[in-house]
Amino acid sequence: MRRVLPVLVVTLAIVVIWYVAAVWLNSAWVIDQAARAGREPSFMDILRGTMNQDRPLLPPPHQVLAELWELTVEKRITSKRSLVYHGLVTLQATMLGFVVGAILGVALAIGIVHSRTMDLSVMPWAIISQTVPIVAIAPMIIVLSNAVGIEGRTVPKTIISAYLSYFPVLVSMVKGLRSPEREQLDLLKTYNASRWQTFVKLRLPASMPYFFASMKVAVAASLVGAIVGELPTGAIEGLGARMLIGSQFGEPMIMWTALFAAAILAALLVVAVGIVQALAARAMGQVAR
Amino acid sequence: MDADGAAVIEARDLDLVFETADGPVQALKGVSLSIGRGEFVSFIGPSGCGKTTFLRVIAALEEPTGGTITVNGVSPDEARRARAYGYVFQAAGLYPWRTIAGNVKLPLEIMGYPAAEREERVRKVLELVELSGFGNKYPWQLSGGMQQRASIARALAFDADILLMDEPFGALDEIVRDHLNEQLLSLWRRTGKTIGFVTHSIPEAVYLSTKIVVMSPRPGRITDVIESPLPAERPLDIRDTPEFLEVAHRVREGLRAGHAYDE
Ligand SMILES: Nc1ncnc2c1ncn2[C@@H]1O[C@H](COP(=O)(O)OP(=O)(O)OP(=O)(O)O)[C@@H](O)[C@H]1O
Ligand SMILES: [Mg+2]
Repeated sequence: MRRVLPVLVVTLAIVVIWYVAAVWLNSAWVIDQAARAGREPSFMDILRGTMNQDRPLLPPPHQVLAELWELTVEKRITSKRSLVYHGLVTLQATMLGFVVGAILGVALAIGIVHSRTMDLSVMPWAIISQTVPIVAIAPMIIVLSNAVGIEGRTVPKTIISAYLSYFPVLVSMVKGLRSPEREQLDLLKTYNASRWQTFVKLRLPASMPYFFASMKVAVAASLVGAIVGELPTGAIEGLGARMLIGSQFGEPMIMWTALFAAAILAALLVVAVGIVQALAARAMGQVAR
Repeated sequence: MDADGAAVIEARDLDLVFETADGPVQALKGVSLSIGRGEFVSFIGPSGCGKTTFLRVIAALEEPTGGTITVNGVSPDEARRARAYGYVFQAAGLYPWRTIAGNVKLPLEIMGYPAAEREERVRKVLELVELSGFGNKYPWQLSGGMQQRASIARALAFDADILLMDEPFGALDEIVRDHLNEQLLSLWRRTGKTIGFVTHSIPEAVYLSTKIVVMSPRPGRITDVIESPLPAERPLDIRDTPEFLEVAHRVREGLRAGHAYDE
């Protein structure tokens, strides 16, 4: 209860602010409509008029939730409007990008920790890669992958997603693989342990907390990457495409529900990583904190 | 000089200079020492006199910048490759993700002992340090003294004939320490290992050792080597006998002389 209360308070505050903002932003339309009809709207009229517009500037929470319910639970998954369908499209690219990014990040980190040449050559490029804005290169990746004859968007979306998610994994794993102290390495040296044994018995297990911390960041970054990959014109599937379609065609409800679906998906993914982390920690003799 | 006369560790005029950002630090200067098979040698001296450094040189974890040292007649690094050392660091350094048995098993896995023999050795060595029944516990479930015993068990699990211990009991209270000292002594008598032991405690050094090496800092060097006249059989109350107090006195004098040089 003591842990739930602060969360509840914050949630409540956000909902209240949201409603106030919705009334404020959507009232212009109500006042406008009333003026055309030659009436002066009362405060109650404005309040009522802002809660359920077709094209609200900012839909209030209950309207988003109702729409979300309709588009996920009530719609058939095969429908082109079903957010479950679009969510699965985005999820697929997210998971592919996440796996590719994680493998790439871990592999590069292993190389960097074991080879001074790689340490000096790879790390600067990895950092530079993250200073390039992803929205600038996403369209290029899509165009290039089409040019080399790759059908559809799954491959370029995976690449963009992996591009964003490998970096946090790389940085964390370099730190994690280097986390054993000198005495721990010296101990293995007195056993005349090989590099491989040192890696498997010491560096890898020692890096696990760092690994899981980076997984949470990476999975969220993968989702962002997948969505960014769905934004450039031409995409018709995925949550990113829905967001863009919503804003381009002046359908704010489509945009907002897609946005919320993406947020919920991100939360589920982070929770899933957290569960795997807790299981791994238990298997490694640690108490979950 | 010692039981069977064969020198296990033979150091001649060892120098070791660390190049640091603030200039060179002479950690060892002209250190010569001979340690015979089966001896229990304690190193005592003020902080920074090079005790740890000397132990690390013996174990080939540090390269001397001058002088010569042989271990079992070969270089320390060759001895390391032949797995001659069991090293107990100041911090227990157990892997938190392994059980106590798993930790003790670590060197056996690395050295490729067959699975059945591993189990047998772990069982035996945990019994030796009185940790039977704790094999399945994780390090955080054990007290500091028990963790330290587990790390000693880990160093005993394989057949290294040289045991190097760097202040293994430094962080423990007096009573636990006494108990572990007794255990260590009986373990040494049973196994016949050659032991190098770093300590800051005069009674501990005198109680345990056949030979006490007194060192002094800046530059780190040996100021006195005392052959203990005490018998191999040592009950704890030997510490109240005149012989014991006499040795302790000489160690204290040696330490004081080192300090006078310092001022
Ligand atoms: N890796 C290193 N690099 C630079 N200087 C070092 C290094 N290791 C030790 N020294 C220096 O060498 C000297 C001897 O250090 P050492 O650790 O051997 O002392 P010690 O006798 O073990 O001291 P303590 O009782 O505090 O453990 C010290 O002045 C220390 O600062
Ligand atoms: Mg030391």
